[in-house]
Amino acid sequence: MSPAPADRSAVNPVLLGSLGKGTRAEIVGLDESRVHTPLKSGELERRLIEMGLVEGAHVEVLHEGFPRRDPIAVRVNDHTVALRRAEADAVLVVALTTMSAV
Amino acid sequence: MSEDRKSPPRVALVGNPNSGKTALFNAMTGARQKVANYAGVTVEKKEGLFVSPAGTRVRVMDLPGTYSLRARSPDEEVTRDVVLGRMEGEEVPDAVVFVADATNLRLNLRLALELKKLGRPIILALNMMDAAEKQGLKVDPAELSAELGMPVVPTIAIQTGGIQTLLDQIDRTIQVAELEGWSHNRAECGWSEPSSHDLRDYHREVERVLARAIHSHARPHTATQHLDKVLLMPGIGLPILLAVLFLTFQAVFTWARVPMELLDAGITLLKEGVDLTLPDGPLKSLVIDGIIAGVGSVIIFLPQILVLFFFIQMLEDTGYMARAAFLLDKLMGGVGLHGRAFIPLLSSFACAVPGIMAARTIENRADRIATIMIAPLMTCSARLPVYTLLIAAFIPERPVLGGWINLPGLVMFALYAAGILSGLLVALVMKRTVLKGAREPLLMQLPAYRLPRPRNVALGLLERGQAFLVRAGTTIFTLMVVVWALGSFPAPPDGALEPAIRYSIAGAIGHALEPLLAPIGFNWQIALALVPGMAAREVAVGVLGTIYALSGNGDALRSSLATALAHSWSLPTALSLLAWYVFAPQCLATLSVVRRELNSRFWPLVMFVFLTGLAYGAAFVTYRVAVSVLGG
Ligand SMILES: Nc1nc2c(ncn2[C@@H]2O[C@H](COP(=O)(O)OP(=O)(O)O)[C@@H](O)[C@H]2O)c(=O)[nH]1
Repeated sequence: MSPAPADRSAVNPVLLGSLGKGTRAEIVGLDESRVHTPLKSGELERRLIEMGLVEGAHVEVLHEGFPRRDPIAVRVNDHTVALRRAEADAVLVVALTTMSAV
Repeated sequence: MSEDRKSPPRVALVGNPNSGKTALFNAMTGARQKVANYAGVTVEKKEGLFVSPAGTRVRVMDLPGTYSLRARSPDEEVTRDVVLGRMEGEEVPDAVVFVADATNLRLNLRLALELKKLGRPIILALNMMDAAEKQGLKVDPAELSAELGMPVVPTIAIQTGGIQTLLDQIDRTIQVAELEGWSHNRAECGWSEPSSHDLRDYHREVERVLARAIHSHARPHTATQHLDKVLLMPGIGLPILLAVLFLTFQAVFTWARVPMELLDAGITLLKEGVDLTLPDGPLKSLVIDGIIAGVGSVIIFLPQILVLFFFIQMLEDTGYMARAAFLLDKLMGGVGLHGRAFIPLLSSFACAVPGIMAARTIENRADRIATIMIAPLMTCSARLPVYTLLIAAFIPERPVLGGWINLPGLVMFALYAAGILSGLLVALVMKRTVLKGAREPLLMQLPAYRLPRPRNVALGLLERGQAFLVRAGTTIFTLMVVVWALGSFPAPPDGALEPAIRYSIAGAIGHALEPLLAPIGFNWQIALALVPGMAAREVAVGVLGTIYALSGNGDALRSSLATALAHSWSLPTALSLLAWYVFAPQCLATLSVVRRELNSRFWPLVMFVFLTGLAYGAAFVTYRVAVSVLGG
């Protein structure tokens, strides 16, 4: 399962927080600068990595909460992580399947 | 170096949440475990003992589950401090057993690499091997061990399989460590807080190790996928969660009824026995009215607490609790609470004390304080006797809603709902004012569903029950003796006409309070009952019983007390007291646990003041409205 960056560098990354249910994607980067959190800087990024949300990981949005489809449950390789869309926006992904975004 | 070995070697269990640490701990130690507190913090310290195959007595510590040594919550700080040897009063463990969920190695192994940096002996327990094999995982433990540079033992914590090998390995590791003098000359600790760069390095290293050691990856757990499709489905998930909660409450009240009646009968028998054996006098009064009645009135809730914790434990062990937090996160976020606040608040319906302690898993202090502050507004079971008494005395049995429910049931429901709604409101106000700030991120694993094991559930309940009884036997015991003394001294003058308690210190306090409480319709008897009610809310019932000096002592008290109250109180007074009890701040145990948990004198004071204010306000409004509608 080695990623093939060649054909993906052309694609513009989108935010994990904007994906709809059923979309599969690959993580291409983390950038917490646009997320408002009470954590000290760099902390959200570290927590995301600790939960397996790191470059190269394959993700799929499995479930959406209620109301406003928030939070989301994301399959990350072999496990499932629940997170809010706001913080999921720190994760940059490129879609692997073309499903509708929210 | 065995001459300086004063105490048995110690092994610490570390692992991600839901890796089966507790199950493994239970498998290793059986019932030989005890729960205490770490010095200075209230995080529970679970310790057990086993005799290794080589005959060494080994102490095992079960540390709170974590994803990282960079502690985020008070719970995780304990794990970090113990393994780093920074915990006051704790020696650094001789070896660490890292418990990994084999179905989830990519996520789990990163922490193993981090722990290796400690430079201390470490063993990897590759747990959940049964599940992993079913999911098609093919892993080579020898290869994994070679790549990670630590012994690897496959285990199935819920069967005895693998445990023996693990114990053998612990023996070997400890022996080697002793030979090399590891355990006492502290090895160089190479751990420092990893940066995001380090974490990515760990991650790459895990990928490298797994590429070599894993021959076939585990497929996703299909049962979990199917279950989640239903349990997390929008529009269905929340109703199911509500149904689960409803069932839990039903069970708390119905299952616990018979054991509670038995306990009650036992306590009465005990009182009668003491009554016959001890001579009349202060000692007899202390034993019967102070100790047996006081502590008994708390212990009687043990069945309800056990039933509630049975459900909580089942929800946790199956993995549903994380789903509940997921389903409720957005809704609770509406009032600024974290999804994780759900568990503490649920526990608070049994008793606010374990509820407040459960708030430790909430990472952010402001979130945690908000949760703790509203925990007492969830109607704890100690308020039930008061509710039951007043409802029986004042609310007529009358069917409402076409006979589906009766009026007393409806009033009871309204009292619970009032507590919950005001709790949410208070949280909202606090998060908008004093505890401002964005919510802590929700980053939570949804573990695979697992069938809970009766043995693990039983051991968990045993632990809860013990903790509750210890508290009843120490804190509450002391408080009850104090309350008894306040209510008994000084003794009434000869020929006193009113109940003895009227002349006591408690009586004097009650009288002093009376003018304050008159505007909300409370008479001196109620004012007086509220004083010892400080110790534990339900004691107020006992005190009212004493004050109304009914001829029967103890038995048949409740029903005849209800009749007596119905004759001497007005309906507005009763409603006002019910409203007061929705907020009822007077529980010393709650205030003292808040003080310990937050390590602050300020917050318990805030809690006391705002709860008293709410109680007074609610009682005032209720009384005034009721008087104008019903007439004084
Ligand atoms: N199939 C299987 N289930 C396990 C195993 N170990 C633990 N479990 C189950 O996994 C769930 C979580 O285990 P627990 O010990 O509470 O995890 P902890 O959070 O790490 O303490 C429980 O329902 C256990 O019964 C195992 O080796 N195999």
